Amino acid sequence: MFNIHCPYCEEYRSEEEFHPSGEAHIERPKDPANCTEEEWGNYLFFRKNPRGIHHELWHHSIGCRKFFNITRNTQTYEILETYKSGEKPTITASTVSKKTGVK
Amino acid sequence: MKHSNRISGNLASNQSRVDENKQISFEFNKKSYKGLAGDTIASALLANSVDIVGRSFKYGRPRGIVTAGADEPNGILQLGANEASQIPNIRATQQQIYPGLVCSSTNGWPNAETDVMGVVGKLLGHVMPPGFYYKTFMAPSKLWMTYEKMIRKGAGLGRTSLENDPDKYENINQFADILVVGAGPAGITAALNAARSGARVILCDEQNEFGGNLLSEKVMIDGEPAQAWIDSSITELSETDNVLLLKNSTVNGYHDHNFLTIHERCTDHLSDNAPAGSVRQRMHRVRAKQVILAAGAHERPLVYANNDVPGCMLASSVTTYINRYNVVPGRSLVLMTTNDNAYQTAFAWQKAGRHVAAIVDTRSSAGEIVTQQATELGLNVIYSSVVTETKGGKRVKAALVATIDADGTQVTSDASEIGCDTIASSGGWSPAVHLSCHTGGKPNWRDDIQGFVPDDFNKDMFVTGAGNGIYALADILKDAAKIGTAAVKACGLTAKRASSAKTDEVEVAPSMPLYLAPHSKPSTRAPKQFVDFQLDVTAGSIEIAVNEGFESIEHVKRYTALGFGTDQGKSSNINGIAIAAKKMGKTIPETGTTIFRPNYTPVTFGAIAGRNVEEFFDIERYSAMHSWHVEHGALFEDVGQWKRPWYFPKAGESMQDTLNRECLATRESVGILDASTLGKIDIQGPDAREFLNRVYTNAWLKLPVGRCRYGLMCREDGMVFDDGVTSCISDNHFIMTTTSGGAAGVFNWLEEWHQTEWPELEVYFNSVTDQWATMSLSGPNARKLLAEITDIDLNPETFKFMDLREGEVAGVPARVFRISFTGEQSYEINVQANYGLAVWEKLFEHGEKYNLTPYGTETMHVLRAEKGFIIVGQETDGSMMPDDLDMGWAVSRNKEFNFLGQRSMSRTDSVREDRKQLVGLRTKDPKAVAPEGSQIVFDPEQEIPMTMVGHVTSSYYSACLGHSIAMAVVKGGLKKMGETVFMPQADGTNIEAEICSPVFYDPKGDRQNV
Amino acid sequence: MQQYSGFGLLKHAITHHENWQRVWRNPTPKKSYDVIIVGGGGHGLATAYYLAKEFGITNVAVIEKGYLGGGNTARNTTIVRSNYLWDESAFLYEHAMKLWEGLSQDLNYNVMFSQRGVLNLGHTLQDMRDINRRVNANRLNGIDGEVLDPQSIKEIVPHMDCSANPRYPVMGASWQPRGGVARHDAVAWGFARGADALGVDLIQQCEVEGFEMEDGAVTGVKTAQYGTIKAGRVGCVVAGNSGVVANMAGFQLPLESHPLQAFVSEPIKPILDTVVMSNHVHGYISQSDKGDLVIGAGVDSYNGYGQRGSYNTIEGNVAAIMELFPLFSRVRMNRQWGGIVDTCADACPILSKTPVENLFFNCGWGTGGFKATPGSGHVFAASLAKGEMHPLAAPFSMDRFHTGALIDEHGAAGVAH
Repeated sequence: MFNIHCPYCEEYRSEEEFHPSGEAHIERPKDPANCTEEEWGNYLFFRKNPRGIHHELWHHSIGCRKFFNITRNTQTYEILETYKSGEKPTITASTVSKKTGVK
Repeated sequence: MKHSNRISGNLASNQSRVDENKQISFEFNKKSYKGLAGDTIASALLANSVDIVGRSFKYGRPRGIVTAGADEPNGILQLGANEASQIPNIRATQQQIYPGLVCSSTNGWPNAETDVMGVVGKLLGHVMPPGFYYKTFMAPSKLWMTYEKMIRKGAGLGRTSLENDPDKYENINQFADILVVGAGPAGITAALNAARSGARVILCDEQNEFGGNLLSEKVMIDGEPAQAWIDSSITELSETDNVLLLKNSTVNGYHDHNFLTIHERCTDHLSDNAPAGSVRQRMHRVRAKQVILAAGAHERPLVYANNDVPGCMLASSVTTYINRYNVVPGRSLVLMTTNDNAYQTAFAWQKAGRHVAAIVDTRSSAGEIVTQQATELGLNVIYSSVVTETKGGKRVKAALVATIDADGTQVTSDASEIGCDTIASSGGWSPAVHLSCHTGGKPNWRDDIQGFVPDDFNKDMFVTGAGNGIYALADILKDAAKIGTAAVKACGLTAKRASSAKTDEVEVAPSMPLYLAPHSKPSTRAPKQFVDFQLDVTAGSIEIAVNEGFESIEHVKRYTALGFGTDQGKSSNINGIAIAAKKMGKTIPETGTTIFRPNYTPVTFGAIAGRNVEEFFDIERYSAMHSWHVEHGALFEDVGQWKRPWYFPKAGESMQDTLNRECLATRESVGILDASTLGKIDIQGPDAREFLNRVYTNAWLKLPVGRCRYGLMCREDGMVFDDGVTSCISDNHFIMTTTSGGAAGVFNWLEEWHQTEWPELEVYFNSVTDQWATMSLSGPNARKLLAEITDIDLNPETFKFMDLREGEVAGVPARVFRISFTGEQSYEINVQANYGLAVWEKLFEHGEKYNLTPYGTETMHVLRAEKGFIIVGQETDGSMMPDDLDMGWAVSRNKEFNFLGQRSMSRTDSVREDRKQLVGLRTKDPKAVAPEGSQIVFDPEQEIPMTMVGHVTSSYYSACLGHSIAMAVVKGGLKKMGETVFMPQADGTNIEAEICSPVFYDPKGDRQNV
Repeated sequence: MQQYSGFGLLKHAITHHENWQRVWRNPTPKKSYDVIIVGGGGHGLATAYYLAKEFGITNVAVIEKGYLGGGNTARNTTIVRSNYLWDESAFLYEHAMKLWEGLSQDLNYNVMFSQRGVLNLGHTLQDMRDINRRVNANRLNGIDGEVLDPQSIKEIVPHMDCSANPRYPVMGASWQPRGGVARHDAVAWGFARGADALGVDLIQQCEVEGFEMEDGAVTGVKTAQYGTIKAGRVGCVVAGNSGVVANMAGFQLPLESHPLQAFVSEPIKPILDTVVMSNHVHGYISQSDKGDLVIGAGVDSYNGYGQRGSYNTIEGNVAAIMELFPLFSRVRMNRQWGGIVDTCADACPILSKTPVENLFFNCGWGTGGFKATPGSGHVFAASLAKGEMHPLAAPFSMDRFHTGALIDEHGAAGVAH
């Protein structure tokens, strides 16, 4: 069970207080009406789903109720960082693979 | 009467933990026995010379106690004096005895001593190679279920109770700087060092006393018997505020981010005698900054022919029984060992006054110290030899001993027979790496210790002691002290200097890597050489599996069932891997280990669930008027977590009678519904309107203050997922209502969109469902009744349908909405929840003259269905779009903002002509109520598989209309008004109906506008 | 192939079982195959078997990065049923069910397919509406099933709490008598042995690291041990790793990989003779022929490839089983584990061509793939053989995530399986 640092509460809390909400940084198309079916379908359903570094959206649902982002290794389950909505990750697959060879 | 194996007087151990003065009576297999306080069932049975504790699973062979701890494969018993207290599969080696304990073997018919299956096993054992199930029982195919029934008769060890458990279990959350797993010399030393530095420490151990192996071994620490050091250390720890000591407590699972569960058995040692209502077991859910694994090691037995005959035991467990329990489990011992350590077993045996027939050392020589001791004691040591085979059926009678070659692959002499009744064996030790594997660690093999040790993948986990392959006590104490302080530093605390107790350094000779004692015959032909006792896995069957091509160790395990027992292969895994490796000509690390999963030892369901059972399984939510409903005989429906009144039957009424009465009363005069469970979300902020405009399908920018509007909410895939009325309280203040079951989901949905996509919108959400009590007055007399207790001007010219007003009702502040889910003149009264019951009662005081009738969800369903109003989740199923529901009127396609779900509504599949669409159905027989969930076909004569075109979503008898009504979704239904459809029923009948508008009652809506 | 039978066991007993034929060869791969199946789990092996047996394509390799049947097949709670709601899935799973019914004989390998029946419980009025709807649909599709009341359920599962006492009392159930369980490992081994005997090369411990492509078409797979192995067509059947393998081919899939956990109790004497599933309290349970209670629930909602999940999921699952069977309170959980399941938004699989020509995917089975094993293998083999999706597979094309023609089986798939 994960130990998650909420960037808003600024403390570690147990996973039970949180709920994952899938891949982070999926932006809604600015002009849905002019999206092709393929573009719209990709936005709705197609995901990176990596084995390794994954940026994902979590909700501190039994806590401060804020959505925030986690960079997590989906193989080891190690959480590398958490950051607020609207912020960018400092750790990405490319920065990590340079250091450890983990993809 | 068998002789006693209990030793006393000057033969007794000076460190025994049993109390000679406290006899305890207990029952095993319907016979009464006496043991001593401090005994486990195993030690007490061995003291009473009970050899057979059970029968093996596959071959029905007699089996006796092998170990003295968690690794016990054979002593798996049924415990409990009465039905409710029955416990299956307790380990005889871990269960303490208590007065009146009743236990029995779990297999064997008519009993474990004389088991018919033993004969069957002898006869059929030869045709039961690994995987024999897969190779037979295939013809004729229909007989498999019969074969399986027979196979199933042999399934299982113990039995579950057939009565509910009277005991309680609980969970507790714990936080620690350092959790030390195992309180042997390593764990205690590490804990002392951590605690002295001020760290918050939990030290736990699975045994009923602290001390680990020190309780069994004769060693001196700081110049005194080890027990003195244990006592003083535990005293010091227990007097330290920041330390939690837990005995009878097993760390059974190691989860991600250093979350571990400790299974504490609070009253298992008292079991049937535990005070009523006490907590039987407690699960500690621990988050630890650092974990120190000091879990020790398991001794490996050596594998030889007929090594399962009672009397064959692990060397260290024999020592344990002698030193700790004053029990010598036999008269004459042969010890077979690959190492110096196990010599202690023969020494203890001899000192207890019993005969040591021989020490069979697989090596050509042993260490100096043990050799000298053996000589002093006059023991017969036979080098370069193994016990190839045991003689005896229900108890060992002799050991066959032969010499072996240097690497132990074959015997080099004929076997000679040595009479004995006990064969203790030691093939070395396997560190208990189990916990380190639970989160993905992959143990590393070390040739120098012939064992796997945990890898270092978890930087917040330390390992010390035998669990890390350190076996000399002096080394353990030093290493554990270092590890203790290292863990303190890793917590970011200041560590005091590492300190440890002193003990003599002992020189030992290297042990020999040997797992299977060779036999003159190959393993497939020799008498059975058991590797996994519980599942009857033999060396031969592992070799057969490899021969057949099962070459991955996982395949071997799965094909033979090696390690799948309740002991999870604690004593058998390494031997099995070694035998498979040898067969394949690979090394052990090339062959690999299997990854251990939780639990280290099995854990009761009760302890895992804790208090989250029965009424606490899921919280029950009640409205403020709940007690009134109970008093007035309501039956309840579960809606989400809510208990909602379903209907209010009066004496003698059938359910339909009640519904008819409730419906008619509402349509003719006035009815009342407790609508408090509807989700309510308070939305404020200058951009609230814009936000609503984006999440609802219809337009919200121009909703005037004091007006209400119905809205549909879709997911981005265009499917309807909630609906409700949202009202404008002031220009930047709205109150949204949602379905009762969907409230939490909608709230999350709004927050997610706001926080992740549109943070620029200034809008705030608050769930206020519980803060308001909501009652919906419906019917032609609703206004008259409400007028009696409100100061709000109810003039229909000014307080129109879909208006809201604030004022007082029954003397308390209220919001009143003119919204209607029944199609009648309706007022939805919202007051603070604490006033809810009082207002409700006030309404009934005044309502008597109008025959004010409470109704529940079922009448609500009928009344709304008469009006063709949908219920999300009943008319919709995640595949319905607004147009499918003929609710295009609630979709505004020209909003500037492309609302959630809008784009999906024009996908290829969304604009299909033959989508299922919501319609009404009138049955041909007006009294026939088509069952909800009926499938609809156009052609009732079609052969199966039939072409289904839709299904009935809602169906009722309408007392008000005098006929049945139904709502359904039908492919292309909106263009098929007046056409006939059929609903084939399970009983072969076909209900015929005509497609019609789903609005059956007052289609123009005059009644609600009045 | 050496035939297995009771007689064979007797015969081999004489030679101490030393002369059993190998279940499969351990071949070195050829340079080129007509078809390469990536992934040697149950579905991949079944695909290879049917390719060889039904479609005469025997120049086939199955490439497995670990050991055969070592993924979700090995981590399975083995429920088999076909009572799905929508026609598309009902036909697919029923196709599988029919193959299950003769599988042991077809493979000459006893997969211990035990038709002990499956109960799907209802605990609310809406549950019962949905159950009625599904059972009616099953019946009209020719799939066995009936709706039972608590009294009839009690007769089938006498030790379940069917009273009004639980937090969510059992209101009824759907009952599919032909459903049941099978011995998961045996399914993989049986298909592997059958495929091998028909000439399929089973290559274990060989990880595919990429694809060789020409003009937008796949022409082979790249491996570390054996370099590039050429293939006319490639079928990927890699379950939880589908997203990773698709990335190698340069596209994404409409799915995510989640941990799915399960556990078994210690073996106890037979007390539960059927499969009981509940979407509402969220858990399912059966008892194996060894006596273990085999229990599971839904996925952990985060993405995960670690073959393990979070403890609170297990706690919830145990509580759910206690809700149904309070008398199991003193039974102990022996072992828990996790698999990686690839789940689609509509709880239905993907059997599909891909943007890369000659590269086919069979994935997205989520929590319920085991029950489809023979059917999935059969229709996927047909598709690989013909280059066009089999009619039963066609509705499960990836395109549906663009057109919107999803097949929403959440109700029937519900709680894992």
